[in-house]
Amino acid sequence: MNLCTDQLAMLLADPGQLISVSNLALDPLSSAMVEEAQAYPVNRGGAEQIFLMHPDLVLAGTYTARASVDLLRGLGIEVVQLPPADRLEDVADHMRQIGAALGRPERGEAMAREFETSLASIGHDGPAATAAMYYPNGYTAGSGTLSDQILSLTGFRNVGAEAGLTGGGILPLERLVMAEPQVVVTSTPYPGASRSEEILSHPALRQLRDGAAQAHVRDADWVCGTPHLLNAIRTMADARAGLEGQQ
Amino acid sequence: MTLRHIALLLLSLLVMALFLASLLIGPAALGLKQSVMALLAGEGGPVALVMQEIRLPRALLGLLVGAVLGLSGAAMQGFLRNPLAEPGLVGVSSSAALGAVLSLQTGLAASFALALPLSALAGAALAVLLVLVMAGPRGGALSLILAGIAISALAGALTSLVLNLSPNPFAVMEIVYWMMGSLADRSMTHVWLALPFMAIGCGLLLATGRGLDALTLGEDAARSMGVDLARLRLLIVLGTASAVGASVAVAGAVGFVGLVMPHLLRPLVGGRPSHLLPAAALGGAAMVLTADIAVRLIAPDQDLKLGVLTALVGAPFFLHLLWRMRGLEA
Repeated sequence: MNLCTDQLAMLLADPGQLISVSNLALDPLSSAMVEEAQAYPVNRGGAEQIFLMHPDLVLAGTYTARASVDLLRGLGIEVVQLPPADRLEDVADHMRQIGAALGRPERGEAMAREFETSLASIGHDGPAATAAMYYPNGYTAGSGTLSDQILSLTGFRNVGAEAGLTGGGILPLERLVMAEPQVVVTSTPYPGASRSEEILSHPALRQLRDGAAQAHVRDADWVCGTPHLLNAIRTMADARAGLEGQQ
Repeated sequence: MTLRHIALLLLSLLVMALFLASLLIGPAALGLKQSVMALLAGEGGPVALVMQEIRLPRALLGLLVGAVLGLSGAAMQGFLRNPLAEPGLVGVSSSAALGAVLSLQTGLAASFALALPLSALAGAALAVLLVLVMAGPRGGALSLILAGIAISALAGALTSLVLNLSPNPFAVMEIVYWMMGSLADRSMTHVWLALPFMAIGCGLLLATGRGLDALTLGEDAARSMGVDLARLRLLIVLGTASAVGASVAVAGAVGFVGLVMPHLLRPLVGGRPSHLLPAAALGGAAMVLTADIAVRLIAPDQDLKLGVLTALVGAPFFLHLLWRMRGLEA
Protein backbone atom coordinates (compact mmCIF):
# COMPACT_ATOMS: atom_id res chain seq x y z
CA MET A 1 0.00 0.00 0.00
CA ASN A 2 2.92 2.33 -0.70
CA LEU A 3 4.42 3.29 -4.05
CA CYS A 4 7.97 2.36 -3.11
CA THR A 5 7.27 -0.88 -1.26
CA ASP A 6 4.96 -1.85 -4.15
CA GLN A 7 7.81 -1.63 -6.60
CA LEU A 8 10.28 -3.52 -4.46
CA ALA A 9 7.67 -6.19 -3.81
CA MET A 10 6.91 -6.57 -7.51
CA LEU A 11 10.63 -7.06 -8.13
CA LEU A 12 11.23 -9.50 -5.29
CA ALA A 13 8.05 -11.55 -4.84
CA ASP A 14 7.34 -14.94 -6.38
CA PRO A 15 4.57 -15.09 -8.98
CA GLY A 16 1.26 -15.26 -7.09
CA GLN A 17 2.81 -14.12 -3.84
CA LEU A 18 1.90 -10.45 -4.23
CA ILE A 19 -1.86 -9.98 -4.39
CA SER A 20 -2.32 -6.22 -4.68
CA VAL A 21 -0.47 -2.97 -5.30
CA SER A 22 -1.53 0.62 -4.54
CA ASN A 23 -3.20 2.81 -7.13
CA LEU A 24 -0.09 5.00 -7.23
CA ALA A 25 1.86 2.16 -8.78
CA LEU A 26 -0.23 2.70 -11.91
CA ASP A 27 0.53 6.42 -12.17
CA PRO A 28 3.03 6.80 -15.00
CA LEU A 29 4.37 10.05 -13.54
CA SER A 30 5.42 8.61 -10.21
CA SER A 31 5.74 4.88 -10.76
CA ALA A 32 8.61 3.37 -12.72
CA MET A 33 6.79 0.04 -13.07
CA VAL A 34 3.37 0.87 -14.52
CA GLU A 35 3.33 -2.09 -16.92
CA GLU A 36 4.21 -4.61 -14.24
CA ALA A 37 1.65 -3.09 -11.87
CA GLN A 38 -1.17 -3.66 -14.35
CA ALA A 39 -0.99 -7.38 -13.60
CA TYR A 40 -2.19 -6.82 -10.01
CA PRO A 41 -5.48 -5.80 -8.43
CA VAL A 42 -5.23 -2.24 -7.17
CA ASN A 43 -5.92 -0.97 -3.64
CA ARG A 44 -6.37 2.61 -2.47
CA GLY A 45 -4.70 2.11 0.89
CA GLY A 46 -7.90 1.88 2.91
CA ALA A 47 -7.89 -0.64 5.77
CA GLU A 48 -11.31 -2.05 4.84
CA GLN A 49 -10.35 -2.84 1.27
CA ILE A 50 -7.03 -4.38 2.23
CA PHE A 51 -8.48 -6.50 5.02
CA LEU A 52 -11.00 -8.00 2.61
CA MET A 53 -8.14 -9.23 0.43
CA HIS A 54 -6.98 -11.42 3.36
CA PRO A 55 -3.26 -10.73 3.08
CA ASP A 56 -0.73 -12.48 5.33
CA LEU A 57 1.55 -9.49 5.10
CA VAL A 58 1.08 -5.81 4.31
CA LEU A 59 3.98 -3.60 3.23
CA ALA A 60 3.60 0.09 4.01
CA GLY A 61 5.65 3.24 4.32
CA THR A 62 6.08 4.91 7.70
CA TYR A 63 4.13 7.94 6.50
CA THR A 64 1.26 6.08 4.84
CA ALA A 65 -2.12 6.26 6.47
CA ARG A 66 -1.31 5.72 10.13
CA ALA A 67 -4.90 4.96 11.01
CA SER A 68 -5.18 2.23 8.35
CA VAL A 69 -1.95 0.61 9.48
CA ASP A 70 -3.02 0.60 13.14
CA LEU A 71 -6.39 -0.82 12.20
CA LEU A 72 -4.85 -3.64 10.16
CA ARG A 73 -2.45 -4.49 12.99
CA GLY A 74 -5.41 -4.53 15.36
CA LEU A 75 -7.08 -7.04 13.04
CA GLY A 76 -4.06 -9.31 13.43
CA ILE A 77 -2.39 -8.71 10.07
CA GLU A 78 1.38 -8.38 10.00
CA VAL A 79 2.41 -4.96 8.69
CA VAL A 80 6.00 -4.17 7.76
CA GLN A 81 6.71 -0.45 7.53
CA LEU A 82 9.65 1.06 5.70
CA PRO A 83 10.76 4.66 6.21
CA PRO A 84 11.40 6.66 3.01
CA ALA A 85 14.97 6.24 1.76
CA ASP A 86 16.90 9.37 2.74
CA ARG A 87 20.32 7.99 1.91
CA LEU A 88 21.65 5.73 -0.81
CA GLU A 89 22.76 3.26 1.88
CA ASP A 90 19.10 2.90 2.94
CA VAL A 91 18.15 1.70 -0.53
CA ALA A 92 20.14 -1.51 -0.32
CA ASP A 93 18.92 -2.05 3.25
CA HIS A 94 15.34 -1.77 2.11
CA MET A 95 15.89 -4.33 -0.63
CA ARG A 96 17.22 -6.76 1.99
CA GLN A 97 14.36 -6.01 4.39
CA ILE A 98 11.62 -6.54 1.80
CA GLY A 99 13.35 -9.68 0.55
CA ALA A 100 13.43 -11.03 4.11
CA ALA A 101 9.83 -10.04 4.80
CA LEU A 102 8.69 -11.88 1.68
CA GLY A 103 10.73 -14.94 2.61
CA ARG A 104 13.13 -14.39 -0.29
CA PRO A 105 16.22 -13.06 1.50
CA GLU A 106 18.65 -14.38 -1.12
CA ARG A 107 16.85 -12.44 -3.88
CA GLY A 108 16.85 -9.24 -1.79
CA GLU A 109 20.52 -9.73 -1.00
CA ALA A 110 21.38 -10.20 -4.69
CA MET A 111 19.51 -7.08 -5.69
CA ALA A 112 21.17 -5.07 -2.93
CA ARG A 113 24.63 -6.34 -3.97
CA GLU A 114 24.01 -5.43 -7.58
CA PHE A 115 22.80 -1.98 -6.57
CA GLU A 116 25.88 -1.39 -4.41
CA THR A 117 28.23 -2.54 -7.15
CA SER A 118 26.61 -0.29 -9.77
CA LEU A 119 26.68 2.59 -7.33
CA ALA A 120 30.39 2.11 -6.66
CA SER A 121 31.13 2.35 -10.38
CA ILE A 122 29.64 5.83 -10.55
CA GLY A 123 31.54 8.80 -9.28
CA HIS A 124 32.97 12.05 -10.40
CA ASP A 125 36.31 13.67 -9.83
CA GLY A 126 37.20 17.27 -10.35
CA PRO A 127 35.45 20.51 -9.47
CA ALA A 128 31.73 20.30 -8.77
CA ALA A 129 29.18 22.08 -10.95
CA THR A 130 26.04 23.64 -9.46
CA ALA A 131 22.63 22.03 -9.79
CA ALA A 132 19.20 22.58 -8.33
CA MET A 133 16.15 20.41 -8.03
CA TYR A 134 13.05 22.53 -8.65
CA TYR A 135 9.50 21.33 -8.19
CA PRO A 136 5.99 22.82 -8.06
CA ASN A 137 5.51 25.56 -5.44
CA GLY A 138 9.25 26.19 -5.48
CA TYR A 139 9.94 22.98 -3.58
CA THR A 140 13.53 21.84 -3.61
CA ALA A 141 15.73 19.23 -1.97
CA GLY A 142 18.17 20.46 0.66
CA SER A 143 20.93 18.63 2.52
CA GLY A 144 20.26 15.24 4.06
CA THR A 145 18.06 14.07 1.19
CA LEU A 146 18.50 11.28 -1.31
CA SER A 147 18.55 13.85 -4.14
CA ASP A 148 21.30 15.80 -2.42
CA GLN A 149 23.40 12.67 -2.10
CA ILE A 150 22.84 11.76 -5.76
CA LEU A 151 23.89 15.25 -6.83
CA SER A 152 27.13 15.16 -4.87
CA LEU A 153 27.86 11.61 -6.06
CA THR A 154 27.58 12.72 -9.68
CA GLY A 155 29.74 15.82 -9.28
CA PHE A 156 27.28 18.55 -8.43
CA ARG A 157 26.91 21.05 -5.63
CA ASN A 158 23.27 21.26 -4.58
CA VAL A 159 21.99 24.83 -4.65
CA GLY A 160 19.16 23.87 -2.29
CA ALA A 161 21.60 22.62 0.33
CA GLU A 162 23.82 25.68 -0.08
CA ALA A 163 20.80 27.89 0.50
CA GLY A 164 20.71 26.37 3.96
CA LEU A 165 17.79 24.00 3.51
CA THR A 166 17.78 20.72 5.39
CA GLY A 167 15.46 18.09 4.03
CA GLY A 168 12.88 19.34 1.57
CA GLY A 169 11.82 22.96 1.57
CA ILE A 170 10.78 25.99 -0.40
CA LEU A 171 13.40 27.93 -2.30
CA PRO A 172 11.98 31.25 -3.52
CA LEU A 173 12.36 31.64 -7.28
CA GLU A 174 14.38 34.82 -6.75
CA ARG A 175 17.04 32.97 -4.81
CA LEU A 176 17.18 30.17 -7.36
CA VAL A 177 17.74 32.73 -10.12
CA MET A 178 20.46 34.46 -8.12
CA ALA A 179 22.28 31.17 -7.53
CA GLU A 180 22.46 30.57 -11.31
CA PRO A 181 22.64 26.78 -11.21
CA GLN A 182 24.29 25.12 -14.20
CA VAL A 183 21.71 22.35 -14.26
CA VAL A 184 18.04 22.56 -13.23
CA VAL A 185 16.15 19.34 -12.61
CA THR A 186 12.37 19.73 -12.73
CA SER A 187 9.39 17.44 -12.82
CA THR A 188 6.86 16.64 -15.53
CA PRO A 189 3.56 18.45 -14.96
CA TYR A 190 0.50 16.38 -14.13
CA PRO A 191 -2.56 16.55 -16.38
CA GLY A 192 -5.03 19.25 -15.43
CA ALA A 193 -3.75 22.69 -14.55
CA SER A 194 -2.43 23.84 -11.22
CA ARG A 195 -1.01 27.10 -10.03
CA SER A 196 1.68 25.21 -8.11
CA GLU A 197 3.18 23.96 -11.34
CA GLU A 198 2.90 27.33 -13.07
CA ILE A 199 6.17 28.31 -11.41
CA LEU A 200 7.93 25.76 -13.63
CA SER A 201 6.98 27.75 -16.74
CA HIS A 202 7.72 31.16 -15.20
CA PRO A 203 9.63 33.33 -17.72
CA ALA A 204 12.47 33.86 -15.25
CA LEU A 205 12.95 30.13 -14.79
CA ARG A 206 12.69 29.55 -18.53
CA GLN A 207 15.47 32.09 -19.17
CA LEU A 208 17.55 30.47 -16.47
CA ARG A 209 17.09 27.07 -18.06
CA ASP A 210 17.95 28.40 -21.50
CA GLY A 211 21.32 29.36 -20.08
CA ALA A 212 21.67 26.17 -18.06
CA ALA A 213 22.04 22.59 -19.14
CA GLN A 214 18.93 20.47 -18.93
CA ALA A 215 18.66 17.18 -17.21
CA HIS A 216 15.74 15.01 -18.27
CA VAL A 217 15.15 12.58 -15.47
CA ARG A 218 11.96 10.67 -14.98
CA ASP A 219 10.38 11.57 -11.63
CA ALA A 220 9.36 7.94 -11.37
CA ASP A 221 13.03 6.99 -11.23
CA TRP A 222 13.82 9.53 -8.48
CA VAL A 223 11.07 9.04 -5.96
CA CYS A 224 11.78 5.54 -4.70
CA GLY A 225 14.79 3.65 -3.51
CA THR A 226 14.54 0.87 -6.10
CA PRO A 227 17.00 -0.31 -8.77
CA HIS A 228 15.36 2.29 -11.05
CA LEU A 229 17.12 4.93 -8.99
CA LEU A 230 20.26 3.99 -10.90
CA ASN A 231 18.62 5.40 -14.06
CA ALA A 232 18.28 8.78 -12.36
CA ILE A 233 21.86 8.61 -11.10
CA ARG A 234 23.17 7.73 -14.55
CA THR A 235 21.22 10.60 -16.12
CA MET A 236 22.76 13.04 -13.69
CA ALA A 237 26.23 11.60 -14.32
CA ASP A 238 25.66 12.06 -18.06
CA ALA A 239 24.49 15.63 -17.49
CA ARG A 240 27.69 16.33 -15.56
CA ALA A 241 29.78 14.78 -18.33
CA GLY A 242 27.85 16.91 -20.83
CA LEU A 243 28.83 20.06 -18.94
CA GLU A 244 32.45 19.01 -19.14
CA GLY A 245 32.11 18.78 -22.92
CA GLN A 246 30.86 22.35 -23.13
CA GLN A 247 33.67 23.85 -21.12
CA MET B 1 -5.94 73.39 -2.49
CA THR B 2 -8.74 71.74 -0.66
CA LEU B 3 -8.42 68.89 1.80
CA ARG B 4 -9.54 66.55 -0.98
CA HIS B 5 -6.69 67.54 -3.29
CA ILE B 6 -4.14 67.24 -0.53
CA ALA B 7 -5.48 63.82 0.35
CA LEU B 8 -5.28 62.66 -3.28
CA LEU B 9 -1.72 63.98 -3.61
CA LEU B 10 -0.60 62.30 -0.40
CA LEU B 11 -2.25 59.03 -1.44
CA SER B 12 -0.48 59.11 -4.80
CA LEU B 13 2.86 59.68 -3.09
CA LEU B 14 2.15 56.86 -0.66
CA VAL B 15 1.30 54.46 -3.49
CA MET B 16 4.49 55.40 -5.33
CA ALA B 17 6.60 54.86 -2.22
CA LEU B 18 4.97 51.49 -1.56
CA PHE B 19 5.45 50.45 -5.19
CA LEU B 20 9.19 51.19 -4.90
CA ALA B 21 9.39 49.37 -1.58
CA SER B 22 7.66 46.37 -3.15
CA LEU B 23 10.34 46.34 -5.87
CA LEU B 24 13.17 46.49 -3.36
CA ILE B 25 11.98 43.86 -0.88
CA GLY B 26 12.35 40.17 -1.60
CA PRO B 27 13.91 36.94 -0.44
CA ALA B 28 17.07 37.52 -2.47
CA ALA B 29 19.11 40.23 -0.76
CA LEU B 30 20.00 42.72 -3.47
CA GLY B 31 21.71 46.06 -3.06
CA LEU B 32 19.63 49.19 -3.61
CA LYS B 33 21.75 50.70 -6.37
CA GLN B 34 22.40 47.33 -7.96
CA SER B 35 18.71 46.50 -8.23
CA VAL B 36 17.62 49.87 -9.57
CA MET B 37 20.36 49.75 -12.21
CA ALA B 38 19.38 46.22 -13.19
CA LEU B 39 15.71 47.15 -13.42
CA LEU B 40 16.23 50.16 -15.64
CA ALA B 41 19.18 49.25 -17.79
CA GLY B 42 20.19 45.71 -17.08
CA GLU B 43 20.22 43.06 -19.74
CA GLY B 44 20.91 39.47 -18.87
CA GLY B 45 22.44 38.63 -15.53
CA PRO B 46 20.53 37.19 -12.60
CA VAL B 47 19.82 40.52 -10.90
CA ALA B 48 18.09 41.92 -13.99
CA LEU B 49 16.13 38.69 -14.30
CA VAL B 50 14.95 38.91 -10.70
CA MET B 51 14.02 42.57 -10.97
CA GLN B 52 12.34 42.54 -14.36
CA GLU B 53 10.67 39.14 -14.42
CA ILE B 54 9.84 38.49 -10.76
CA ARG B 55 9.61 41.69 -8.73
CA LEU B 56 8.28 44.11 -11.34
CA PRO B 57 5.22 41.99 -12.22
CA ARG B 58 4.54 41.41 -8.54
CA ALA B 59 4.62 45.11 -7.70
CA LEU B 60 2.55 46.01 -10.78
CA LEU B 61 -0.08 43.41 -9.95
CA GLY B 62 -0.23 44.60 -6.32
CA LEU B 63 -0.89 48.12 -7.58
CA LEU B 64 -3.50 47.06 -10.15
CA VAL B 65 -5.35 44.49 -8.05
CA GLY B 66 -5.59 46.92 -5.13
CA ALA B 67 -6.78 49.76 -7.35
CA VAL B 68 -9.58 47.78 -9.00
CA LEU B 69 -10.74 46.31 -5.68
CA GLY B 70 -10.87 49.72 -3.99
CA LEU B 71 -12.59 51.28 -6.98
CA SER B 72 -15.23 48.59 -7.40
CA GLY B 73 -15.93 48.63 -3.65
CA ALA B 74 -16.58 52.37 -3.76
CA ALA B 75 -18.72 52.07 -6.90
CA MET B 76 -20.82 49.22 -5.47
CA GLN B 77 -21.35 51.09 -2.21
CA GLY B 78 -22.41 54.15 -4.20
CA PHE B 79 -24.81 52.31 -6.47
CA LEU B 80 -26.42 50.14 -3.81
CA ARG B 81 -26.28 53.01 -1.30
CA ASN B 82 -25.16 50.41 1.14
CA PRO B 83 -21.97 50.77 3.18
CA LEU B 84 -21.42 47.00 3.36
CA ALA B 85 -21.19 46.31 -0.38
CA GLU B 86 -17.81 45.00 -1.49
CA PRO B 87 -16.76 42.52 -4.22
CA GLY B 88 -15.38 40.01 -1.71
CA LEU B 89 -18.28 40.11 0.75
CA VAL B 90 -21.07 39.87 -1.80
CA GLY B 91 -19.52 36.88 -3.57
CA VAL B 92 -18.27 38.54 -6.75
CA SER B 93 -14.65 37.56 -6.07
CA SER B 94 -15.42 33.95 -5.21
CA SER B 95 -17.61 33.59 -8.30
CA ALA B 96 -14.80 35.01 -10.42
CA ALA B 97 -12.49 32.45 -8.82
CA LEU B 98 -14.93 29.70 -9.75
CA GLY B 99 -14.94 30.92 -13.35
CA ALA B 100 -11.14 30.97 -13.43
CA VAL B 101 -10.82 27.51 -11.87
CA LEU B 102 -13.35 26.06 -14.31
CA SER B 103 -11.50 27.41 -17.32
CA LEU B 104 -8.16 26.13 -15.96
CA GLN B 105 -9.42 22.64 -15.15
CA THR B 106 -11.41 22.14 -18.34
CA GLY B 107 -8.37 23.09 -20.39
CA LEU B 108 -10.15 26.10 -21.86
CA ALA B 109 -7.49 28.43 -20.45
CA ALA B 110 -4.79 26.48 -22.26
CA SER B 111 -6.60 26.66 -25.60
CA PHE B 112 -6.49 30.45 -25.88
CA ALA B 113 -4.87 33.00 -23.62
CA LEU B 114 -7.87 35.25 -22.98
CA ALA B 115 -10.07 32.37 -21.83
CA LEU B 116 -8.86 32.67 -18.24
CA PRO B 117 -9.75 36.34 -17.62
CA LEU B 118 -12.90 36.02 -19.73
CA SER B 119 -14.32 33.14 -17.73
CA ALA B 120 -13.42 34.85 -14.45
CA LEU B 121 -15.24 37.89 -15.83
CA ALA B 122 -18.28 35.77 -16.66
CA GLY B 123 -18.32 34.36 -13.12
CA ALA B 124 -18.03 37.85 -11.64
CA ALA B 125 -20.74 39.27 -13.91
CA LEU B 126 -23.14 36.51 -12.92
CA ALA B 127 -22.57 37.24 -9.24
CA VAL B 128 -23.00 41.02 -9.64
CA LEU B 129 -26.27 40.50 -11.49
CA LEU B 130 -27.49 38.05 -8.86
CA VAL B 131 -26.59 40.46 -6.05
CA LEU B 132 -28.33 43.37 -7.77
CA VAL B 133 -31.46 41.28 -8.24
CA MET B 134 -31.40 39.97 -4.69
CA ALA B 135 -30.69 43.34 -3.11
CA GLY B 136 -33.41 44.92 -5.25
CA PRO B 137 -33.85 48.64 -5.82
CA ARG B 138 -34.49 49.30 -2.11
CA GLY B 139 -32.82 46.27 -0.67
CA GLY B 140 -31.62 46.64 2.89
CA ALA B 141 -28.12 45.93 4.09
CA LEU B 142 -29.22 42.63 5.53
CA SER B 143 -30.64 41.08 2.36
CA LEU B 144 -27.53 42.16 0.45
CA ILE B 145 -25.13 40.59 2.92
CA LEU B 146 -27.18 37.40 3.24
CA ALA B 147 -27.35 37.02 -0.53
CA GLY B 148 -23.60 37.61 -0.63
CA ILE B 149 -22.95 34.91 1.97
CA ALA B 150 -25.03 32.42 -0.02
CA ILE B 151 -23.30 33.25 -3.30
CA SER B 152 -19.84 33.09 -1.68
CA ALA B 153 -20.58 29.77 -0.05
CA LEU B 154 -21.93 28.26 -3.25
CA ALA B 155 -19.07 29.50 -5.41
CA GLY B 156 -16.53 28.43 -2.79
CA ALA B 157 -18.02 24.96 -2.55
CA LEU B 158 -18.09 24.53 -6.33
CA THR B 159 -14.49 25.74 -6.57
CA SER B 160 -13.42 23.17 -3.97
CA LEU B 161 -15.38 20.47 -5.79
CA VAL B 162 -13.76 21.21 -9.14
CA LEU B 163 -10.28 21.29 -7.59
CA ASN B 164 -10.91 18.07 -5.66
CA LEU B 165 -11.94 16.28 -8.84
CA SER B 166 -8.91 17.51 -10.76
CA PRO B 167 -6.47 14.82 -11.92
CA ASN B 168 -3.70 17.12 -10.73
CA PRO B 169 -2.63 16.36 -7.14
CA PHE B 170 -1.52 19.95 -6.58
CA ALA B 171 -4.90 21.41 -7.48
CA VAL B 172 -6.46 20.46 -4.14
CA MET B 173 -3.83 22.40 -2.24
CA GLU B 174 -4.79 25.51 -4.21
CA ILE B 175 -8.25 25.91 -2.75
CA VAL B 176 -6.71 28.29 -0.21
CA TYR B 177 -5.01 30.29 -2.93
CA TRP B 178 -8.26 30.90 -4.80
CA MET B 179 -10.03 31.93 -1.61
CA MET B 180 -7.28 34.06 -0.08
CA GLY B 181 -5.24 35.32 -3.01
CA SER B 182 -1.50 35.66 -3.45
CA LEU B 183 0.92 37.53 -5.69
CA ALA B 184 3.84 35.12 -5.30
CA ASP B 185 5.74 34.18 -8.47
CA ARG B 186 3.48 35.95 -10.93
CA SER B 187 5.04 36.95 -14.24
CA MET B 188 4.64 39.71 -16.83
CA THR B 189 2.39 37.30 -18.74
CA HIS B 190 -0.15 37.68 -15.96
CA VAL B 191 0.17 41.46 -16.03
CA TRP B 192 -0.52 41.62 -19.76
CA LEU B 193 -3.39 39.18 -19.41
CA ALA B 194 -5.16 41.21 -16.74
CA LEU B 195 -4.24 44.79 -17.64
CA PRO B 196 -6.63 45.35 -20.60
CA PHE B 197 -9.65 44.04 -18.67
CA MET B 198 -8.72 46.04 -15.60
CA ALA B 199 -8.29 49.20 -17.68
CA ILE B 200 -11.70 48.76 -19.34
CA GLY B 201 -13.32 47.99 -15.98
CA CYS B 202 -11.78 51.06 -14.33
CA GLY B 203 -12.83 53.24 -17.26
CA LEU B 204 -16.43 52.05 -16.95
CA LEU B 205 -16.50 52.45 -13.18
CA LEU B 206 -14.95 55.93 -13.21
CA ALA B 207 -17.61 56.95 -15.75
CA THR B 208 -20.30 56.21 -13.17
CA GLY B 209 -19.15 59.05 -10.88
CA ARG B 210 -21.72 61.68 -11.88
CA GLY B 211 -24.58 59.22 -12.02
CA LEU B 212 -23.69 57.98 -8.55
CA ASP B 213 -23.51 61.57 -7.27
CA ALA B 214 -27.07 62.14 -8.47
CA LEU B 215 -28.14 58.82 -6.98
CA THR B 216 -27.17 59.95 -3.48
CA LEU B 217 -30.28 62.18 -3.64
CA GLY B 218 -32.49 59.18 -4.29
CA GLU B 219 -33.64 57.40 -7.43
CA ASP B 220 -36.41 59.80 -8.35
CA ALA B 221 -34.19 62.82 -7.97
CA ALA B 222 -31.52 61.13 -10.05
CA ARG B 223 -34.01 60.28 -12.79
CA SER B 224 -35.29 63.86 -12.84
CA MET B 225 -31.68 65.04 -13.26
CA GLY B 226 -31.49 62.99 -16.44
CA VAL B 227 -29.57 60.00 -15.12
CA ASP B 228 -30.35 56.80 -17.02
CA LEU B 229 -30.47 54.24 -14.22
CA ALA B 230 -30.49 51.21 -16.54
CA ARG B 231 -27.33 52.47 -18.20
CA LEU B 232 -25.75 53.17 -14.82
CA ARG B 233 -26.52 49.63 -13.67
CA LEU B 234 -25.00 48.22 -16.86
CA LEU B 235 -21.83 50.27 -16.31
CA ILE B 236 -21.54 48.99 -12.74
CA VAL B 237 -22.11 45.35 -13.72
CA LEU B 238 -19.69 45.36 -16.64
CA GLY B 239 -17.12 47.52 -14.90
CA THR B 240 -17.04 45.47 -11.69
CA ALA B 241 -17.09 42.15 -13.54
CA SER B 242 -14.29 43.14 -15.87
CA ALA B 243 -12.04 44.68 -13.19
CA VAL B 244 -12.62 42.15 -10.41
CA GLY B 245 -12.72 39.19 -12.81
CA ALA B 246 -9.29 40.04 -14.24
CA SER B 247 -7.87 40.66 -10.79
CA VAL B 248 -9.09 37.33 -9.40
CA ALA B 249 -7.94 35.43 -12.50
CA VAL B 250 -4.33 36.36 -11.81
CA ALA B 251 -4.19 36.90 -8.05
CA GLY B 252 -7.06 34.97 -6.46
CA ALA B 253 -9.74 36.51 -4.28
CA VAL B 254 -8.43 39.15 -1.89
CA GLY B 255 -11.18 40.32 0.42
CA PHE B 256 -12.12 43.45 2.36
CA VAL B 257 -10.05 45.95 0.33
CA GLY B 258 -13.15 47.40 -1.30
CA LEU B 259 -14.88 47.59 2.07
CA VAL B 260 -12.22 49.27 4.15
CA MET B 261 -10.84 51.87 1.76
CA PRO B 262 -14.01 53.83 0.87
CA HIS B 263 -14.86 54.12 4.57
CA LEU B 264 -11.41 55.30 5.58
CA LEU B 265 -11.29 57.86 2.81
CA ARG B 266 -14.81 59.27 3.00
CA PRO B 267 -13.95 61.65 5.86
CA LEU B 268 -10.99 62.98 3.84
CA VAL B 269 -12.48 63.43 0.38
CA GLY B 270 -16.13 63.81 1.27
CA GLY B 271 -19.06 61.54 0.57
CA ARG B 272 -19.53 62.39 -3.14
CA PRO B 273 -18.96 59.18 -5.09
CA SER B 274 -17.28 61.00 -8.00
CA HIS B 275 -14.64 62.26 -5.56
CA LEU B 276 -14.43 59.01 -3.69
CA LEU B 277 -13.87 56.72 -6.69
CA PRO B 278 -10.30 57.78 -7.62
CA ALA B 279 -9.32 58.08 -3.95
CA ALA B 280 -10.60 54.57 -3.22
CA ALA B 281 -8.58 53.22 -6.16
CA LEU B 282 -5.40 54.80 -4.76
CA GLY B 283 -6.23 53.64 -1.25
CA GLY B 284 -6.87 50.09 -2.44
CA ALA B 285 -3.54 50.03 -4.25
CA ALA B 286 -1.79 51.22 -1.09
CA MET B 287 -3.54 48.58 1.01
CA VAL B 288 -2.71 45.62 -1.24
CA LEU B 289 0.89 46.77 -1.76
CA THR B 290 1.29 47.10 2.00
CA ALA B 291 -0.21 43.67 2.57
CA ASP B 292 2.03 42.12 -0.07
CA ILE B 293 5.12 43.70 1.47
CA ALA B 294 4.04 42.51 4.92
CA VAL B 295 3.52 38.98 3.58
CA ARG B 296 7.12 38.91 2.41
CA LEU B 297 8.50 40.37 5.63
CA ILE B 298 6.53 38.14 8.00
CA ALA B 299 7.17 34.83 6.25
CA PRO B 300 9.73 35.31 3.46
CA ASP B 301 10.04 31.63 2.57
CA GLN B 302 6.40 30.66 2.89
CA ASP B 303 3.63 31.77 0.63
CA LEU B 304 1.46 33.50 3.23
CA LYS B 305 -1.77 34.49 1.52
CA LEU B 306 -2.63 38.14 0.93
CA GLY B 307 -6.25 37.66 1.96
CA VAL B 308 -5.10 36.57 5.42
CA LEU B 309 -3.70 40.01 6.13
CA THR B 310 -6.49 42.01 4.49
CA ALA B 311 -9.05 39.97 6.44
CA LEU B 312 -7.16 40.53 9.70
CA VAL B 313 -7.61 44.25 9.12
CA GLY B 314 -10.92 44.10 7.29
CA ALA B 315 -13.01 41.71 9.34
CA PRO B 316 -12.79 43.64 12.64
CA PHE B 317 -13.55 46.76 10.62
CA PHE B 318 -16.59 45.03 9.16
CA LEU B 319 -17.79 44.12 12.65
CA HIS B 320 -17.29 47.72 13.72
CA LEU B 321 -19.47 48.89 10.81
CA LEU B 322 -22.17 46.39 11.69
CA TRP B 323 -22.10 47.60 15.29
CA ARG B 324 -22.51 51.20 14.21
CA MET B 325 -25.33 50.32 11.82
CA ARG B 326 -27.08 48.43 14.58
CA GLY B 327 -27.07 51.63 16.59
CA LEU B 328 -28.59 53.54 13.66
CA GLU B 329 -31.32 51.04 12.95
CA ALA B 330 -32.40 50.65 16.55
